[in-house]
Amino acid sequence: MLRLEAVDAGYGPVRVLRSVSFDVAAGEVHCLLGRNGAGKTTALRAIMGLLPLASGRIRFGGAEIGRLPPHRVPRLGIGYVPQGRRLFAELTVAQNLEIGRMARGAPARAVAAALDLFPRLADRLGQRAGTLSGGEQQMLAMARALCLEPRLLLLDEPTEGLQPSMIRAIRDAVAELKARGVGVLLVEQRIDAVLALADRATFLENGRCLGTLTAAELQAAPDLLRQRLGV
Amino acid sequence: MDFGPHLMLALIEGAVLSAVLALTAAGLSLVFGVMRVVNVAHGEFYMLGAVAAWFVAAAVGGAGPAAFLAALALAPLAVCALAAAADLAVLRRIAHDPERTIVATIGLLYILQQATLMGFGPDARPVAPPFNARIAIPWPVWEEGGLALTWPWGLSVTTYKLFVIAAAAAVLAGLWLMLTRTRAGLVMRATQWDRETATAFGIPVERVYALTFGLGAGLAALAGVLVVPIQQAHYLMGGDALLLSFIVVIIGGLGSLPGTLVAALLIGMSEGIVSVFFSPTLAKILATLLVALVLVFRPQGLFGAAGR
Ligand SMILES: Nc1ncnc2c1ncn2[C@@H]1O[C@H](COP(=O)(O)OP(=O)(O)O)[C@@H](O)[C@H]1O
Ligand SMILES: [Mg+2]
Repeated sequence: MLRLEAVDAGYGPVRVLRSVSFDVAAGEVHCLLGRNGAGKTTALRAIMGLLPLASGRIRFGGAEIGRLPPHRVPRLGIGYVPQGRRLFAELTVAQNLEIGRMARGAPARAVAAALDLFPRLADRLGQRAGTLSGGEQQMLAMARALCLEPRLLLLDEPTEGLQPSMIRAIRDAVAELKARGVGVLLVEQRIDAVLALADRATFLENGRCLGTLTAAELQAAPDLLRQRLGV
Repeated sequence: MDFGPHLMLALIEGAVLSAVLALTAAGLSLVFGVMRVVNVAHGEFYMLGAVAAWFVAAAVGGAGPAAFLAALALAPLAVCALAAAADLAVLRRIAHDPERTIVATIGLLYILQQATLMGFGPDARPVAPPFNARIAIPWPVWEEGGLALTWPWGLSVTTYKLFVIAAAAAVLAGLWLMLTRTRAGLVMRATQWDRETATAFGIPVERVYALTFGLGAGLAALAGVLVVPIQQAHYLMGGDALLLSFIVVIIGGLGSLPGTLVAALLIGMSEGIVSVFFSPTLAKILATLLVALVLVFRPQGLFGAAGR
């Protein structure tokens, strides 16, 4: 569904991603792993078109999206949950969800469906997003992206800094999305955080792809990976 | 005239000034709030509103209200379109970088001013108000036997001045409703808060910027149109408008619409009162002093957030 082909990208003259290639299939949970500073966030931003590509191609559903105007990318059905959540803190929960819904002109029931997944938010629709707890903010960031009824969801360290019960809620939501056939590209720093969910995982180091492993290969060699990659 | 009626007269003048100032400053404040750039050419859009009003009124002709009403409808739209085009042609190219935008809009200021001098000339020209009846204002006095109304000579207001106050209030209320109740307002506020995340949710930020810049200029132009029947159109009239708008947004807090309104009332009213009783120069001195006090003791403005 999503395919990166030899993508080079960076900030100004600084090249961060070097010839990165991997793909995400429909309904797959694909993990992007790597240490702090490896280029995971940069890869997601490149997919969203927020960063110009120096070279390479990004295809989504067969179409080349690497050089689209950035606001057109979400309209194809890609939901983005940025690192650090980046909610519209001054706006209410309902308004944040509405912006997600408007992104692609999804029907009103998209908002209801997202709230079904995170019922805690339904009680706080009129509250300003900035006043939610950390876990609720992460839920809202996910719900906001789900309101555009994405075919692919990009999740950047969704469990960062959350307590265990919240982490479980986020994981359950990812499992539910997978069951509905939504593709998920999940960024994490630690492999044990995603071992149970991942269908495949791609490793990044210093902006380069070290390769992609399937779930079976991951299960077989977690210790080895941890040693070799420090993830 | 006694003190009471005299003060009443000063308050009316102050209210007209406040209305025009609030519209102009709201435009500057909106552009800064959403785009985080300072538009130094803002006063020129006010001037262009007045000048365009003269051209439209001259084209329509006649002594009736049609000429002014046509100007009121068309001039702000024309200025809005011109400003949006300037944003796309110039400011977008420099990625709305705050510092380069200041330099670019200084350039725009001179271009607009000199072009107006060439096309419109150095003279001040009026547009006839659509209606201008004088309404005498009653003044209550105590006499034996109770309250009685008197009609002090000279205490009156024109219907046109009342219209300016009402029109400004209606437009500002509409702006507030647009920002808080509509989809367009939601998109503008999301863009204001986080441009990149807004983009990641399908918001065409460049287009939002062009429309916001146009809307801000359109508000200034509308103020310019409203003022022509009172003050006439002149190619240098943008300078004072820019200065007063800056004073208002510094006091009210950049990007805060309620703050802009309160500060416009403060400056407009005090200018009205001080000019009537003392001198316009003293009014300017007081306004400058107020700005200095705000800058020293509350640099974010009376209503501004203390930074994010
Ligand atoms: N806005 C930026 N400007 C310049 N360099 C950046 C910027 N953001 C990230 N980088 C650099 O890009 C590299 C990858 O960062 P990032 O993609 O955030 O890593 P990760 O998400 O894997 O922790 C780092 O070396 C970082 O310093
Ligand atoms: Mg990151």
